[in-house]
Amino acid sequence: MNPVLEQTWRDPPGLLGTLLAIDHKTIGKRYIVTAFCFFVAAGVLAALMRLQLARAESTLIGPDLYNQLFTTHGTAMMFLFAVPVMQGMAIYLVPLMVGARAIAFPRMNAFAYWIYLFGGLFLFISLLLDIGPDNGWFSYVPLAGPQYAPGKRADVWAQMITFTELSGLLAAIVIIATIFKLRAPGMTLARLPLFCWAMLVTQFMILFAMPAVMLASTALILDRLVSTHFYNPAEGGDALLWQHLFWFFAHPEVYFIFIPGLAFMSSIIPTFSRRPIYGYPAIVLSLTSTAFLSFGLWVHHMFATHIPDLGKSFFTAASMMIAIPTAIQIFCWIATMWTGRLYVRTPMLFSLAFFFILVLGGLTGIMVASVPLDLQLHDTYFVVAHLHYVLLGGAVFPLFGAWYYWFPKITGRMMSERLGRWQFWLFFIGFNVAFYPMHHLGLQGMPRRVYTYPAGMGWQPLNMLATAGAVLIVVSVLLFIINAVRSYRNGALAGESPWGSGTLEWATASPPPAYNYDRPPVVRARDPLWEPITEAPAEPTQVVGLAERVREVLVTTVLDALPSHRLVFPDPSIWPFLSAVTLTVLFIGSIFTPWAVVWGGIPVAIAVTLWFWPKRAETVEHLAVEKRP
Amino acid sequence: MNHRSLDVSALPSYKFSHASLMWWGLMGLIAIEGTAFALAAAMYFYLWSQAPQWPLKSLPPDLRWGTLNVVILLASVWPNHWTKRVAEQGDEAKMKIGLVLCAVFGVALIVVRALEFTTLNCRWDTDAYGSIVWLLIGLHTTHVLTDVYDTIVLAALFFFSAPLEGRRHVDVSENSMYWYFVVWSWLPIYALIYLMPRLS
Repeated sequence: MNPVLEQTWRDPPGLLGTLLAIDHKTIGKRYIVTAFCFFVAAGVLAALMRLQLARAESTLIGPDLYNQLFTTHGTAMMFLFAVPVMQGMAIYLVPLMVGARAIAFPRMNAFAYWIYLFGGLFLFISLLLDIGPDNGWFSYVPLAGPQYAPGKRADVWAQMITFTELSGLLAAIVIIATIFKLRAPGMTLARLPLFCWAMLVTQFMILFAMPAVMLASTALILDRLVSTHFYNPAEGGDALLWQHLFWFFAHPEVYFIFIPGLAFMSSIIPTFSRRPIYGYPAIVLSLTSTAFLSFGLWVHHMFATHIPDLGKSFFTAASMMIAIPTAIQIFCWIATMWTGRLYVRTPMLFSLAFFFILVLGGLTGIMVASVPLDLQLHDTYFVVAHLHYVLLGGAVFPLFGAWYYWFPKITGRMMSERLGRWQFWLFFIGFNVAFYPMHHLGLQGMPRRVYTYPAGMGWQPLNMLATAGAVLIVVSVLLFIINAVRSYRNGALAGESPWGSGTLEWATASPPPAYNYDRPPVVRARDPLWEPITEAPAEPTQVVGLAERVREVLVTTVLDALPSHRLVFPDPSIWPFLSAVTLTVLFIGSIFTPWAVVWGGIPVAIAVTLWFWPKRAETVEHLAVEKRP
Repeated sequence: MNHRSLDVSALPSYKFSHASLMWWGLMGLIAIEGTAFALAAAMYFYLWSQAPQWPLKSLPPDLRWGTLNVVILLASVWPNHWTKRVAEQGDEAKMKIGLVLCAVFGVALIVVRALEFTTLNCRWDTDAYGSIVWLLIGLHTTHVLTDVYDTIVLAALFFFSAPLEGRRHVDVSENSMYWYFVVWSWLPIYALIYLMPRLS
């Protein structure tokens, strides 16, 4: 512990300090915990739906509430859980992995978190007030347009998009800039940990995909609020335009939920196989080609519309092609495990489950990628089964693995292995019992998004089985929460590197000090901690010469990570929080009146100006260590 | 263990252009906003492809104010380029002049843009054509407003908050960079709104 650095870098104490905080570890933890709370809340909605569907003609939940439940479930899981939790993991881990003292643009990072939090609360509070969105998580027009969706429910959905996408886009910039410019000297792009490569690719996908849904939802709000006609066929608009814009975003979205899952896999598997990853260049190329291909698939969500047949054939081919890079990565992991010395702990169990579940989801994916089959299965429970196999297998199982893997680093304590195994098996069995029967229900013709079904259809036994599986999942998640809380309080102390991993985040204390590294490392290998210590030439192993009384970081070059300059980072500030509050007022006001954009814009402008305005005392301190180029 | 150390104390505190963190942050913003512009242009073409004629029932916007604004925009590249250069030379007195000049060009642009809105020959609620024209020009105007406001705040900083850290010079340089984006993103949109309906 270096008391001077700790004093310089720590977030201020107290309640006010909570609002001022800008440490990436604080913000990362907040993202992860907040996203997990939304996961549990959206999971409760799913459990309610399963209770309703357990029996035919059940009257537990009416159609109106059911519509709000499945819409909020899907919306929250996709926008408030799956994307932000992955960015939260990156915000916590990337600076540690690249050997940096802080994350780039720390105040903007804090601002992005507050916007995300407020957007999420806005959605759930709306649901409690009975104005939860009810048009499905993709909010298709004309159903969500002014004619068929009076009231504010569709606006709540559209404005929730504005919140979460703004937050996601800002976080993407923060993570990209950190990976490009704040890497430890010597960590060339060819030595970048695969976790960071995957996160980098993901953030680029976010940059190019999220604007589509922001534009689409803005146009929807304009149609509803000021009578534009983007989606109104009577005045030259077009309803399919919505689907194109939405899926141009939402198909890549599936992949920017999935690729962080691959990031976890590529971190956990080498550690528990006791060897460096097999095929590093192949994995990097696979990640990037997955990203490119994922932008050429969106029309396969629209096979049931009147787009030309040639277009459908193209998108079928593209959809099948994207299986190739994923397969390459799976073979690389298998090769790593095959040639390594496996030892199986809870993180590895969850990673192994990926192979089983994701492959099943991928196989049904190839089925629904073909147009004739898709036309049969469209809007049935087969698709529900497919998407949950892909998303839970590809993202949630690896995420639980990642939680068990990095929990010791984040809290300094180990999760209980015994409870972890119980949780894993309950989750694995519960998941398959809940979702596997849905394939059959779909093939039998049971449609999605219906609040009940007639007794004579014969769908009740499999639905009852699925609900039983959902109960197992609930028990598993409860066990997980108990394990996390107990371990946080009394778990065994972890030490720096309990799993014997190779990446840099394990080279500092658990939990890491505010400044991450007393002396930032110099890197000479892909797995720096597995590099044999040589008494070789005069190659440095650590960085010295950064100021200690101001927040100074080392900026390096993009490709080769050569030292470039020493940049002073800003201190904590209340203005990111207050800017987020004023912007929230603007966003929520603007679903009621367009003038909110004008009048609400003034406090936003004032807040961001004060955020930008330098404090005299801070400037004087910074000038004292400044060296002009 | 014997640690050999890499001493970085001799390195400067800031650098310009793509060596700086700010440049990468700005490029991220430009990637996002450039994508939004490109998609809005795609919406324009998509709606056009569904229409029997284009514009649907109005005349294309009058050329006068829109074209004048293109001239002002192109001319504004000069003060911005000059400001960027003096920022990179570290000359604060000239930076003040440059920022004021840039802001003056920006305000002129906003005034003419206001006039431009009166000669679009359609309203946002006329039909889908009117909606997409207003969306395109509205998106761009939002960028103009925010960047001009940013320029004014930056100028105020130089006049009222001295002494300033040298990294503020990087902010000035990148402010000009952002303005280039505002300029170059408008040219295709201008062609889309003003010229293409006349050519077809």
